[in-house]
Amino acid sequence: MKTLLILGAGTGGTMVANKMADHLDPQEWRIIIVDRDEKHYYQPGFLFIPFGIYSQRDVIKPKRNFLPPSVEVIFSDIEVIEPDKSRVILRKDNKVINYDYLVIATGSHIHPEETEGMVDGGGWQKNIFTFYNLEGAVKLANFLKYWKGGRLVLNVAEMPIKCPVAPLEFLFLSDWFFHERGIRDKVEIVYATPLPGAFTKPRASAILGGMLEEKGIHLVPDFNIMEVDNAKQVIRSYDEQEVEYDLLVTIPTNKGSDAIARSNMGDELDFVPTDKHTLRSRDWENIFIIGDAGNVPASKAGSVAHFMLEVVIENLLRSIEGLEPLPKFDGHANCFIESGFDKGVLIDFNYDVEPLPGKYPLPGFGPFSLLQESHTNHWGKMMFRWMYWNILLKGGEMPFESQMSMAGKWA
Amino acid sequence: MTIPENLPLNDEGFLTDPSVWNEEIAKALAEQVGIELTEKHWEIIRWAREAAADSGKAPTLRQITNGTGVTTKELFKLFPKGPAKKIAKIAGLGKPEGCI
Repeated sequence: MKTLLILGAGTGGTMVANKMADHLDPQEWRIIIVDRDEKHYYQPGFLFIPFGIYSQRDVIKPKRNFLPPSVEVIFSDIEVIEPDKSRVILRKDNKVINYDYLVIATGSHIHPEETEGMVDGGGWQKNIFTFYNLEGAVKLANFLKYWKGGRLVLNVAEMPIKCPVAPLEFLFLSDWFFHERGIRDKVEIVYATPLPGAFTKPRASAILGGMLEEKGIHLVPDFNIMEVDNAKQVIRSYDEQEVEYDLLVTIPTNKGSDAIARSNMGDELDFVPTDKHTLRSRDWENIFIIGDAGNVPASKAGSVAHFMLEVVIENLLRSIEGLEPLPKFDGHANCFIESGFDKGVLIDFNYDVEPLPGKYPLPGFGPFSLLQESHTNHWGKMMFRWMYWNILLKGGEMPFESQMSMAGKWA
Repeated sequence: MTIPENLPLNDEGFLTDPSVWNEEIAKALAEQVGIELTEKHWEIIRWAREAAADSGKAPTLRQITNGTGVTTKELFKLFPKGPAKKIAKIAGLGKPEGCI
């Protein structure tokens, strides 16, 4: 009996388990998936919680519901991965699992303690919040319900972060939320980012930067946070710029899983070195990586994990057959960007092509508009939660191709 | 000092071929971003070139602090605003891979 072991039952791991259960003969293979948490979180939904659009029950379901019955599910922390011995040791009962193939899908996680004064300065979850986990998003929602206004600063600690458009969405939704509450004139909204502009890619950065300006959101670019000064209520950068806040919303340093760190398998941020086209480990031939856990220079996002899926499955199956993996992953990402007032923007890009205007997924028709605000884009985003729970996690067919297409784009 | 003509630069001023790099070019590129190179700068630039020769890409800020032992704060003093980007530029390496 051979073993396929999957570490992590989030978006990537769950999709791989479903697909591989269809492909592998249960007489020959057992599939095991390990995760420390029994709950599956719909992470794109965290963004909506601070504004009271979603509540906790919209974003949590039991993980087991999304995994096929033939897959063995173990809820445990991972103690260590020993890739040279092709085995993993779990915390629960010190269980040892020997594997033939391993898929790492352990994601990325926030580390607010990386920034001095963030969690240890007295303001944490009083006037300093994050919406990058459920607990933080709920606490921020409670705070915003009663906030009378002041200076709201959103800060990204360092790149890369999971869902790089989420900070922009948070800003756009804040502008909308305070308008709705009738206190927009009492709130100053500031975005302090280590990036040189609103976004990394030039054309999208110009358009999204223009939207910030239209909404009266002040951009502080090239801001690399060094510390939070809780007494003075300022964040200070390495080059001694200060930005004052009444309410600080942070997107903390993102890192790979602690288990990757304990296993010495990661780079300086504990992301696993991964071939950016085959999605195989750079160091071990029987290990593949899906989603945020790897260090490929693509967005860390569910859509990207979804576009990686086909390539990971094909290359796993090829490896099992003794064939070389194919370099098929092109860095494809697409993101709905909520822009407030029931509108949204959609961007679609890959390693080589920056986000461009156009129509998606059907060239010339859409129904979604690229790099342009529309109501349809917003409804696409809201509908996506249903598609996520009902189609995507189970590895079903989505109406988007894995490789990016130039059709319908205006270069 | 001026940038030599015919130097293969992209539209953001990054050298597209690290093999044509030499110390004179580094000085010119540094001057362009307003930096006069001291021994401390050179130490970091040489380290960055070695790191890039191993990995095939320009090192990130965390890789530079881990690898050289120079603190982030000091790096921001030596290479103001974006140290990783400026070090890559002066060391004649490509732009650090976009991280979105």
